[in-house]
Amino acid sequence: MKPKTIVEKIWERHVVHEEQGKPNLLYIDLHLVHEVTSPQAFEGLRMNGRKVRRPDLTYATVDHNVPTKHRNVISDEVSKKQMTTLQQNCKEFGIPLADINHPDQGIVHVIGPQLGLTQPGKTIVCGDSHTSTHGAFGALAFGIGTSEVEHVLATQTIWQAKPKTMQVKVNGTLGLGVTAKDLILAIIAKFGVKVGTGYVMEYTGEAIRNLSMEERMTVCNMSIEAGARAGLISPDQTTYEFLKGKRYVPEGDAYLEAVEKWEEFATDEGAVYDRTIEIDAAEIEPQVTWGTNPSMGGPVSGQVPDPSHYEKQNDRAAIAQALDYMGLAPGTPIESITIDHVFIGSCTNARLSDLRAAAEVVKGRKVHSNVNAIVVPGSQSVKSAAEAEGLDKIFTEAGFEWRSAGCSMCLAMNDDVLMPGDRCASTSNRNFEGRQGNGARTHLVSPAMAAAAAIAGHFVDVRTFSNNPVFS
Amino acid sequence: MEAIRKHKGLVCPLNRVNVDTDQIIPKQFLKRIERQGFGQFLFYHWRFDNDGNKRADFILNEPVYEQASILIAGDNFGCGSSREHAPWALLDYGFKVIIAPSFADIFYNNSMKNGILLVKLAEDQVEELLERAKNGRYALTVDLEEQTVKDEDGFNAAFDIDPYQKKLLLNGWDEISLTLQLEDKINAFEEKVKN
Ligand code: SF4
Repeated sequence: MKPKTIVEKIWERHVVHEEQGKPNLLYIDLHLVHEVTSPQAFEGLRMNGRKVRRPDLTYATVDHNVPTKHRNVISDEVSKKQMTTLQQNCKEFGIPLADINHPDQGIVHVIGPQLGLTQPGKTIVCGDSHTSTHGAFGALAFGIGTSEVEHVLATQTIWQAKPKTMQVKVNGTLGLGVTAKDLILAIIAKFGVKVGTGYVMEYTGEAIRNLSMEERMTVCNMSIEAGARAGLISPDQTTYEFLKGKRYVPEGDAYLEAVEKWEEFATDEGAVYDRTIEIDAAEIEPQVTWGTNPSMGGPVSGQVPDPSHYEKQNDRAAIAQALDYMGLAPGTPIESITIDHVFIGSCTNARLSDLRAAAEVVKGRKVHSNVNAIVVPGSQSVKSAAEAEGLDKIFTEAGFEWRSAGCSMCLAMNDDVLMPGDRCASTSNRNFEGRQGNGARTHLVSPAMAAAAAIAGHFVDVRTFSNNPVFS
Repeated sequence: MEAIRKHKGLVCPLNRVNVDTDQIIPKQFLKRIERQGFGQFLFYHWRFDNDGNKRADFILNEPVYEQASILIAGDNFGCGSSREHAPWALLDYGFKVIIAPSFADIFYNNSMKNGILLVKLAEDQVEELLERAKNGRYALTVDLEEQTVKDEDGFNAAFDIDPYQKKLLLNGWDEISLTLQLEDKINAFEEKVKN
């Protein structure tokens, strides 16, 4: 039989209807829902007298708007309305909801994997572009808009043209102190924010195989920042181990059967991709972005670029505009950039291992007096697990604020908003203009790099940060 | 959604690349639970300063572009967040057609589902249009049926579009009703998976 990629295999098993001159109608195994992109979809159902076809394959939570400080004090009436609207919609249509005070509440892309809802071979959608996160498990997971949310609610299917496949091959191994976040930032810096447009990216190679599930989620999460709606990794032993014992994963013999089924999805030896790009993991340093899209970044040892060194007029204009917004002069060494804020959180980097990595750096030290630093765990269950290990103490003793779960300062839709001109080292995924607050300046980094910047007050290479217990 | 066949309108050139949906509509305006009324927030931080006054240097604020219904932009338009509020805002503001060298995938789908026609032209053609539109009062006719973009001074470019997308736009069809006609197939699929 012809060798196939994981994307082709998942695709074939989910085609409900095929017809000349049309995209395929694909079945959706899991639909995740949150408060921001769903109200108009439910409204559409009501207006047309339609039901949710499979509430049992749908799962909702509140994350984008929720307060992370005082849990039940929602000062913004409109935010509150959006949250109560989701409650009412879930009740009316019979959809399970991890509401604000529910122990399973959290960022939608953190709780899917944590509950074991995310599994290899599944098709997963959510009205959120970072749905690509779930691809870490070998699922075909992609973000959709509100019209598509309504379509999936009503039909449990979606019309999709078959995507092209791109192999992102990461050779060699990552150096000590270089994380999955640095890897994906380096990939985007090298290949740009639209390399993946029209493709599903499959990450392969030695460095990828060596990543833990949480690290794989960080990589797949940012596929959309490279333009790909979905990014995935063929499942392996690491995947099956992670899923074992999770709430929605079968147990005992049924688990073993599930693993056998999952194994079939992995890309076959010799399968052909429409395109392959490669990068050498060993060359990658800890990364810091300096601009206003995720490709505008580079190694911490580097400098802010000079637009006049670029050939194309478009590039010069884009970089000059970014530097103007970011308040940075060409040639500034990255390590000399001082910061006002540190945000450790988001669906990219707020799982337990991320918090552990940051705590390792912070332990026994103090946040710089010019810096406000917060930690926002990705879910309430990450929060309690971290507290059980005493990570909260490490952070608070150092001067970090320890919050409850939500998207928080990743997009600043709740009260966690920066002021114009504020400069933030952030573990999130987007450094767009105004993302963390109107006029606010975002630098994307890994949790360990964010922690080190919080202590130093400026960017530093975490690998040489003095007396670092992790890397010494 | 409203059907679209042929549209003639004034053009606004937005000469920027990688315009993301956070720019098209900032997050503080995503809290409404309706589909309407987002046009007032379109490109909010580019259009208004911190006191809510119009910025004179932003192209959409120039009086000659006030009536524009066709937007021309740089590469990778609509990247970032999946928010459908972005096409809602563009449509509500009055844009019916957007022309760029490329669009981000999710934004492309979202726009088409709301009856905005997205036209991909080659980079040099887009540059030509940006140039022609830069003094304002420049009109284009976009014909979906024959897949062309023309002006009155000889500009004439053909564009590609997926035939199915084209059909949906031309007819203004509601996709959910179409899919529900295939309910038997969905039932059969679910049966098969169960066993
Ligand atoms: S954490 Fe940020 S990127 Fe992730 S779902 Fe929330 S807002 Fe989106």
